[in-house]
Amino acid sequence: MSAAANGATREERVLDIVQRTRSRPARFRDAQITMSHGAGGKASQSLIEGLLLPALCNDALAALGDAGTVALDGAALAISTDSFVVTPIRFPGGSIGELAVNGTVNDVAVSGARPLAITLSLVLEEGLSSSELREEIDAVARAAQAAGVQVIAGDTKVVERGHADAMYACTTGLGVIDPRARLSPAGLRPGDHILLSGSVGEHGMAVMLARNEFSLEADIRSDTRSLWPAADALLAAAGRDLHCMRDPTRGGVASALNELARASGMSALIREADVPVDAAVAGAAELLGIDPLYVANEGKLLAFVAPGRAGAALAALRAVPGCEQAADIGEVAQEPPGMVLVDTAFGGRRVLDLLAGDPLPRIC
Amino acid sequence: MRFVQEFRDAELGRALAADIAALVEPGRSYKLMEICGGHTHAIYRYGIDGMLPEQVELVHGPGCPVCVLPMGRVDDGIAIAHEPGVIFACFGDMLRVPGSRGTLLEAKAEGADVRMVYSPLDALEIARANPDREVVFFAIGFETTAPSTALTLRRAKAEGIANFSCVCNHVTIVPPLQALLDSPSLEVDGFIGPGHVSSVVGVRPFDFVPAEHGKPMVVSGFEPLDVLQSIRMLLAQFADGRRELENQYARVVAWDGNPRALAVMAEVFEPRASFEWRGLGTIPRSALKLSDAYAELDAERRFTTPGVRVGDPPACQCGEVLTGAIRPWECKVFGTACTPERAIGTCMVSPEGACAAYYTYGRYARERGVTV
Repeated sequence: MSAAANGATREERVLDIVQRTRSRPARFRDAQITMSHGAGGKASQSLIEGLLLPALCNDALAALGDAGTVALDGAALAISTDSFVVTPIRFPGGSIGELAVNGTVNDVAVSGARPLAITLSLVLEEGLSSSELREEIDAVARAAQAAGVQVIAGDTKVVERGHADAMYACTTGLGVIDPRARLSPAGLRPGDHILLSGSVGEHGMAVMLARNEFSLEADIRSDTRSLWPAADALLAAAGRDLHCMRDPTRGGVASALNELARASGMSALIREADVPVDAAVAGAAELLGIDPLYVANEGKLLAFVAPGRAGAALAALRAVPGCEQAADIGEVAQEPPGMVLVDTAFGGRRVLDLLAGDPLPRIC
Repeated sequence: MRFVQEFRDAELGRALAADIAALVEPGRSYKLMEICGGHTHAIYRYGIDGMLPEQVELVHGPGCPVCVLPMGRVDDGIAIAHEPGVIFACFGDMLRVPGSRGTLLEAKAEGADVRMVYSPLDALEIARANPDREVVFFAIGFETTAPSTALTLRRAKAEGIANFSCVCNHVTIVPPLQALLDSPSLEVDGFIGPGHVSSVVGVRPFDFVPAEHGKPMVVSGFEPLDVLQSIRMLLAQFADGRRELENQYARVVAWDGNPRALAVMAEVFEPRASFEWRGLGTIPRSALKLSDAYAELDAERRFTTPGVRVGDPPACQCGEVLTGAIRPWECKVFGTACTPERAIGTCMVSPEGACAAYYTYGRYARERGVTV
């Protein structure tokens, strides 16, 4: 209910106005692109909602899922595309080639589609060593095999030295939507449990530390992996009671929850104490003043499950290799619409908002 | 995480909150100002204000170094960043602070070589690695960060690194606090004192707060239990009728501060005759500049800058927020025209700014019964 309607205090009325301002589609008013527009936070939101969507609008795009869907002679297909500009191209636990496969496969998987094939487009910088390139192509091959997809088309371009940073990769993935799946942000219901498939922040922190900008050493490895086994297990355990999935990549769990809260008009309330965070990630994040909830993952998913099936879904998830630490981290509520709240481990409650800027640029 | 989680123990927090509630005298309210932006951030980050009785109100003070930087200084920084051959290094908080014609982040997009560093020593390292470029470090902060700038400058001078210089925007905590206390409109009963600044300057410089103004102050740490314990100490003073200066953060803060840090600051810096504070106006001897011995490393002497005083945008009420006269949401443009992604005022930029902290974290802190 609107706070203005029931004799609210002045503070509540102001908050009401703020909330209405916030829930309007973001306008794109910037004179130029800055690094913030690539961060997955508020600037990215304004770029998508204010420039891309109005120009390209159609139903598949407007759903703002991780993949678009196409119906074709009775078959439902999911298609997703992603560019990878991570620096450095190799980091503990993975590299750009592996990331380019898993990142796209996962966008297809969390849309409830079994990944079938991907395409691979490469932009190479003049001077890139052949051995580095060969290693990345081998990494693509291994990751594709592990994810059960084939690379069925591709392209290469080369640009002058200084016009790209070693190499960029763009992949497009195609999957067939599983008959058990009925997933969309609009499917979120009050009372849905929010499941998280494992500990957060490992990918972003591993890449950040690999840049050696902080003289900080920690044993943190990227979590990049295919999420189809986890998605498959959830579909089997919860069926139509699985309402939505999302992989919290750039901007982390906090940004993914905000996108879904905004798209569904629901609210998400999570319990900070129940979110698994590896001790090394927690320590590095503490030193850098970054909240692990905003740090990118490349092998984790969020799942929204009706309360009656949440326990079974969690058990099924935990049985998947790599998801042993899966946890039930919170619930969906009706109020306040479009917002994410967190009960802090200390006992207070606060807003978990989209970030305005970017603490960790070029992480994927 | 050891030595961190201990200070975030929820059970101890609830016990302290109960103690605070028991110390509240019926019919009385308490307005406490946290001077330091680090406390503002912690209060909202952990939802501390929602754990306090209604009679205890926290107001936010002028201790966020980004928030008090006037627009003209930002413009000067951007002008230097655009100079050919310059690498401009600053802390991440500075990148989105609006000057009169944009931010450093926008200057970067226009081609200026702006780099975010975590320490002034990183900026010096950039200078060593790029001997053919001029590297300028844009120094901000209270006495907390001034010693690391001073040490960096001392090292640059000792090593003769000629392509390094510094724009010094360091400010000092006592003069604005004095100005605030001298203001007849100030309605604050007691102060949560700045722990990080005090680790350098000590507790003693704040003697004047109880002695001359009859207000209690407790220098506080930054973990949620620190802040709650400091509030309890303040309320205990009111209950006992005491008005004293106390040190809650004794595990870090010595009564006389850190003599080595003070010595290097005295060598490298000297007070400016006056400095403009955003929203607070010009305050005499409230900031530092490079001493004559370090003049050659002073970017303000090396580069020509506009040096123009730029008035705050008319809609901006940062000054009133910074002095605790209004709460963030009472500002005319809060959350509508002024948001973290498109800030008019500096208080909306830094995570330590009262408006950004309240917008980002605080809006539902008191709403305890959200139905699930």
